[in-house]
Amino acid sequence: MALTESAPVGVAGLTRERLRSMYQDMLLGRLLDQRVLVLNRQGRAPFAISGQGHEGAQVGVGYALRRDYDWIIPYYRDITLVLVMGMTPRDQLMAALARAGDPNSGARQMPAHYSSREHNIVTGGSPVATQILHAVGVAQAFKYRGEDKVVVASVGEGGTSEGDWHEGLNWAAIHQLPVIFLVENNAFAISVPQALQMAVEHVSDRAAGYGMPGQSVDGGDVLAVYRAASEAVARARGGGGPTLLEANCVRLQSHSSDDDQRRYRSAEDLDEMLRHDPLERFRVDLESSSILADGEADQMRQECQKVIDAAQAEADQAPAPDPASALDYVYGEA
Amino acid sequence: MPEITYVEAVRDALRDEMRRDDRVIVMGEDVGVKGGVFGATQGLFQEFGGERVIDSPLAEAAIVGVAIGCALAGLRPVAEIQFLDFIPPAMDQLISEAAKIRYRSNNDWSCPMVVRAPCGGGVHVHGALYHSQMLEALFAHVPGLKVVLPSNPYDAKGLLLAALRDPDPVCFFEHKGLYRSMRQEVPEEEYLVPIGQGKIVRPGRDITCFTYGATVHEVLTAAENLSRDEIEVEVVDLRTVRPLDRGLIVESATRTGKVLVAQEANLAVGVGAEVAAIVAEECFQSLDGPVMRIGGPEIPAIPFAESLAEVYCLGPAKIETKLRELAAY
Ligand SMILES: Cc1ncc(C[n+]2csc(CCOP(=O)(O)OP(=O)(O)O)c2C)c(N)n1
Ligand SMILES: [Mg+2]
Repeated sequence: MALTESAPVGVAGLTRERLRSMYQDMLLGRLLDQRVLVLNRQGRAPFAISGQGHEGAQVGVGYALRRDYDWIIPYYRDITLVLVMGMTPRDQLMAALARAGDPNSGARQMPAHYSSREHNIVTGGSPVATQILHAVGVAQAFKYRGEDKVVVASVGEGGTSEGDWHEGLNWAAIHQLPVIFLVENNAFAISVPQALQMAVEHVSDRAAGYGMPGQSVDGGDVLAVYRAASEAVARARGGGGPTLLEANCVRLQSHSSDDDQRRYRSAEDLDEMLRHDPLERFRVDLESSSILADGEADQMRQECQKVIDAAQAEADQAPAPDPASALDYVYGEA
Repeated sequence: MPEITYVEAVRDALRDEMRRDDRVIVMGEDVGVKGGVFGATQGLFQEFGGERVIDSPLAEAAIVGVAIGCALAGLRPVAEIQFLDFIPPAMDQLISEAAKIRYRSNNDWSCPMVVRAPCGGGVHVHGALYHSQMLEALFAHVPGLKVVLPSNPYDAKGLLLAALRDPDPVCFFEHKGLYRSMRQEVPEEEYLVPIGQGKIVRPGRDITCFTYGATVHEVLTAAENLSRDEIEVEVVDLRTVRPLDRGLIVESATRTGKVLVAQEANLAVGVGAEVAAIVAEECFQSLDGPVMRIGGPEIPAIPFAESLAEVYCLGPAKIETKLRELAAY
C-alpha cells in the first residue's frame, strides 16, 4: 500500500512514530541477520539461517500483538519477530557465537532456536511444525483460565505438510481457540518448490477445510500484514477463534549456511525476489510520504549498526559454556 | 579400483541398483534436483527422472507410509529421511506397520523397503540436539526391522545393495561425520556385504571392543595407542545392530575374555547393553573381567557449543582410558 499525504499523522491507525519504529525494527533485524551471516563466513559462527525477506511479515504481526502479554512460538526465520517481542541483538549474537550467556538455550541449541520465557517466546526444537500443536495447547490454557491473551505460531509453507499442522488446526477450530497460525510462505522448503508441497495455490485455501478464516497477504507489505494480523488478533482476543494467516515472503538468502540456492533456483527468479524486498519497499513508501526525511534511513542504519557492534563486542568477550554444566537440567528438582 | 567417499558409495549403490532394477524408486525431502542435503542422491533425478526420484512434501510419516504402500504394490522403495532426528513422525509407520506387515498377515504380505537416514554428530559437526542423534536402539528394539550402520565406504555400498535386495524393511543409518571424511577403494562392480554379519577390523588377543558406525575409527585409534604398550585390542565392527552377529560376539569374547562395548548413542538401554547381555549369558566362564560399556552420557543429545559437545562425544582418549582400565583388571 502506498502511503499518501492524505494520511499525514499515520497510516493503518499507526502514528508516524510507530511507523518509523516499525521501519527501524525491520532494519535492525535485517542488519543483525547480515552480521550473523558475516560471522559465519568468517568461520566464527558455525551455523546461520537467515530471515532476510521475511521482515515485513514479522514486524507486521509483531506490532499487532501486545508485547510481554501475548505469546509467540516462532520458527528459525523469526529473528526480527523476536526483536519486536523484546529480545535483543546481544541475545542472538550470544547464540551465534555459542556463548554461555545465550538466553535462548545457553548454547545448547543451534542459533535461531528462539526462546525467552521473560518475553513469552516459547522454546522450540528443530523438527518443523511441532510448535503448531504447542500453540494450540497454549491457547487452550488461555481459554481455560479466561485470559484474553493470544498466541501466534509461525511456520514455513513446507511445514504445513506435516501431520502436526493439520491436527493442530483441526483442534484449534473445534475449540475456537485464540491462536493465529502464521505461515511465512517463501515458496521454497530448502529446494522443494511450493508446487511439490501442495496442490493448492495458497496455504490459506485450506482454512475452510479446518473451519476457520484464512487470509493471504503480501508479506512484502508490512502494513498489509499489520492490518490482517490486527484483525486476526482482535478476533482471537474477542473469543472469535483461530485464523490461518499466510504472508507471502521472499527468501533472499539460501536456506541456511549449508545451502546454495543458486544450484536449484534460476538467476531470474533470484533477481525478481529483490523487487519484493519488504525493507526497501517500506523505506520508499515512508520517504515518499515524508514520514522518513531524506537521509534519515541512513542515519537509522548507522544507529542500528552501533547497537549491533556493541552487542558483538559483548558477545566476543563472553565465555563459552562451562563443560560441567552440560549435564544440568535433564530433570528438575523432584 | 577408484577411491571414493562414503556418500559417493551410497549414491553409487542407489544408482547401480536403479539401473539394474526398475522397481527401485527413491523418495524424500530435497532428493530430486538438489540431490539431497548431503548429496547422497546426486545425479539420480537427472538420470532417472521425477517418476523415480520424488521430491516429497515435508512429511516424514508420508515418506515412510507411502513407501510402504509402494512396497506392498511390488516396488522397491527407498525412503530418505533428511536427518535421523526427524524420523519420529514416521515411527508409527515403521514400528506399527512396516515391521509387522509380514507377521500380521501370516506371511501373505511383505514390506521390502529401505529407510535411509544420516545420523550422528561430533564436536565439530555442530548439529546440536536435533541434527546429531544416534537413535538406532529405538529401531533395534523392534522385531521385523533390520538395522544397519556401516562405518566405511566399502561396507556402505555392499550393505546398501544387500538392503535393497532384502525381503524386509531395513533401516540404513549413515553417519554424516563419515560422509566425506575418508576415501576408500571400492569396487565398481557389484558386491554384497551380508546384513547381520560383523567384522573383525583389527585382531587382538587381550580385549575385544565391539562397536559400530563412526566410533569404529575412534576405537581403532585408541587400539593403536594401546598396542605401543603391548595391549592388543581386537576391534569388532558390528555393522548390523539388528540382527546382531551373535556367533562373532561369542567367539571373540570367549577368545579374549575381556569386553568393552563402545557406542556414540546414549549409553543406557542401548545396543551396548544387548551385546553385554549376550556376553554375560554365553561367555560367563571365559570372562577375565567385568563386561564394560562406554557411550553417551545421560543428556538428550549433543549440545551445540563445542565445550558442551566435548562432554557428550567419546573420542579416542576417553575410549583409551576405558580400555586401559579393563586391561588392568
Ligand atoms: C520434521 C522435520 N523434517 C525435516 C527437517 C529439515 N528441514 C529443516 S527446514 C526444512 C524446510 C522448511 O521449509 P519451510 O517450512 O517452507 O520453511 P522455510 O525454511 O522455507 O522458511 C527442512 C526440510 C526438519 N527440520 N524437521
Ligand atoms: Mg518455505
